[in-house]
Amino acid sequence: MDKIIEVRHLRKKFGSNEVLKDINFSVSKGEVVCIIGASGSGKSTLLRCLNLLEYPTSGEILYHGQNILEHDMTNANYRTKLGMVFQQFNLFNNLTVLQNCVVGQVKVLKKDRESAEKTAMQYLEQVGMSQFINAKPQQISGGQKQRVAIARALSMEPEALLFDEPTSALDPELVGEVLKVMKNLARSGLTMLVVTHEMGFARDVSNRVVFMDAGVIVEDDVPEVIFNNPGNERTREFLKRVLED
Amino acid sequence: MSADSSSLAWIMYFIKEYGALFLYGAGITLLIALSGTVIGFVIGLVIGVIRTVPMDHNTGGLAKANYKVINFLLLCYIEIFRGTPMMVQAMVVFYGAAIVFGIHMSALWAGIFIVSINTGAYMAEIVRGGIISVDRGQFEAAHSIGMTHWQTMINIVLPQAIRNILPATSNEFVINIKDTSVLSVISVSELFFMGKSAAGSSYRFFEVFFIICVIYFVMTFTVTRILRYIEIKIDGPSVYTIHGSQTVPEAEIRIVNRE
Repeated sequence: MDKIIEVRHLRKKFGSNEVLKDINFSVSKGEVVCIIGASGSGKSTLLRCLNLLEYPTSGEILYHGQNILEHDMTNANYRTKLGMVFQQFNLFNNLTVLQNCVVGQVKVLKKDRESAEKTAMQYLEQVGMSQFINAKPQQISGGQKQRVAIARALSMEPEALLFDEPTSALDPELVGEVLKVMKNLARSGLTMLVVTHEMGFARDVSNRVVFMDAGVIVEDDVPEVIFNNPGNERTREFLKRVLED
Repeated sequence: MSADSSSLAWIMYFIKEYGALFLYGAGITLLIALSGTVIGFVIGLVIGVIRTVPMDHNTGGLAKANYKVINFLLLCYIEIFRGTPMMVQAMVVFYGAAIVFGIHMSALWAGIFIVSINTGAYMAEIVRGGIISVDRGQFEAAHSIGMTHWQTMINIVLPQAIRNILPATSNEFVINIKDTSVLSVISVSELFFMGKSAAGSSYRFFEVFFIICVIYFVMTFTVTRILRYIEIKIDGPSVYTIHGSQTVPEAEIRIVNRE
């Protein structure tokens, strides 16, 4: 399979605190991979390292076999290939919904405004937000913001989309609409890497589930194995804790 | 007019005799305050942006050293001009330029120059504060779609930072309208200087400066109202209206501002 991203011996230290310890894993084209684990296990840091929002202390990140940490690609160039959806949405507050999806295409991809708007509209329609194109972020709900954030990431037409706990900041009744959009994306064949606490989503939608604990990948397997017959004691304990309630 | 005429009579007299002169002075005051605030804002913007440039793993050693030197010089500028009275700066710059550099500025140009660099020193810190106060998530989101630091600044961060520092900028403008009065020490013919001249010929200080006082207040009050109006215009309506939904074309859904 065509590996889009491969991570080798990745380490990340904050001061003396080692958050990621020798991480090895990869994401192939068309895969939906969920990363689960307790808070503080390093899931988000791993995701942020992939997008270079955090710079790894050591190790390699290969993008189509090319190590991006060796200055072969500029950060900006590489980042357009990986979309990112944040827990706190992070829509540009000074721009409307449509402009949020257009600005990157025009400024970074150098597309003309007309075709950028066409692309943006297409994805805003896909996430059900085409009615709100002229709204400012502060005028829409959390679930709507996150759907716009997904459309913004998709508008850059990335090869893979990274989700950093996309539903954790949402009111419970708004989680569903975002998960629905994500399920549809997964079905459409988009490559997705999702850090999540939504075990239902991980079990039903993903091709692979990665369980992290204390900065290491404990288990990396298909969801049937992780959820029904985990090989590691730590995985079993974690799932028992989160699935109980 | 005689010495025992009533104050009201004196006020009417000064308005009639010196009104045009006072208005000319008010015009000079506004000219200096406005250009000083605008130029100071630009100075502050440039310095504020320079002082918030991030240093990361990609930055070379030489660039870092250069940046430190520039940052130090900017800090000196800020501290010196914030830390000394504008009245004293006016004296030093106006007479210093003539004696040390042989530059003979007109009083008006010296005034605009001094107010500008003085405002710039304050605005530099206000802009820096405005940039820092923009949520980190805004930077991260911009970086995640591939924007460089400059693209992020120009398209995302500065528009928000400038909106947030508008009230502080209005403050600076109002302070400048009032503080141009200290430029009378270098004989700039602004409003306070005109008042002093008018009062000096008749020794009716109360009556003259009562008129001057009213003119200052009308100027500052008008300016604050205008700037507030601009703020409201920038914020736009707090209610978003959808005209015509897909299912019910004539529907009009109103969504109230949630924050």
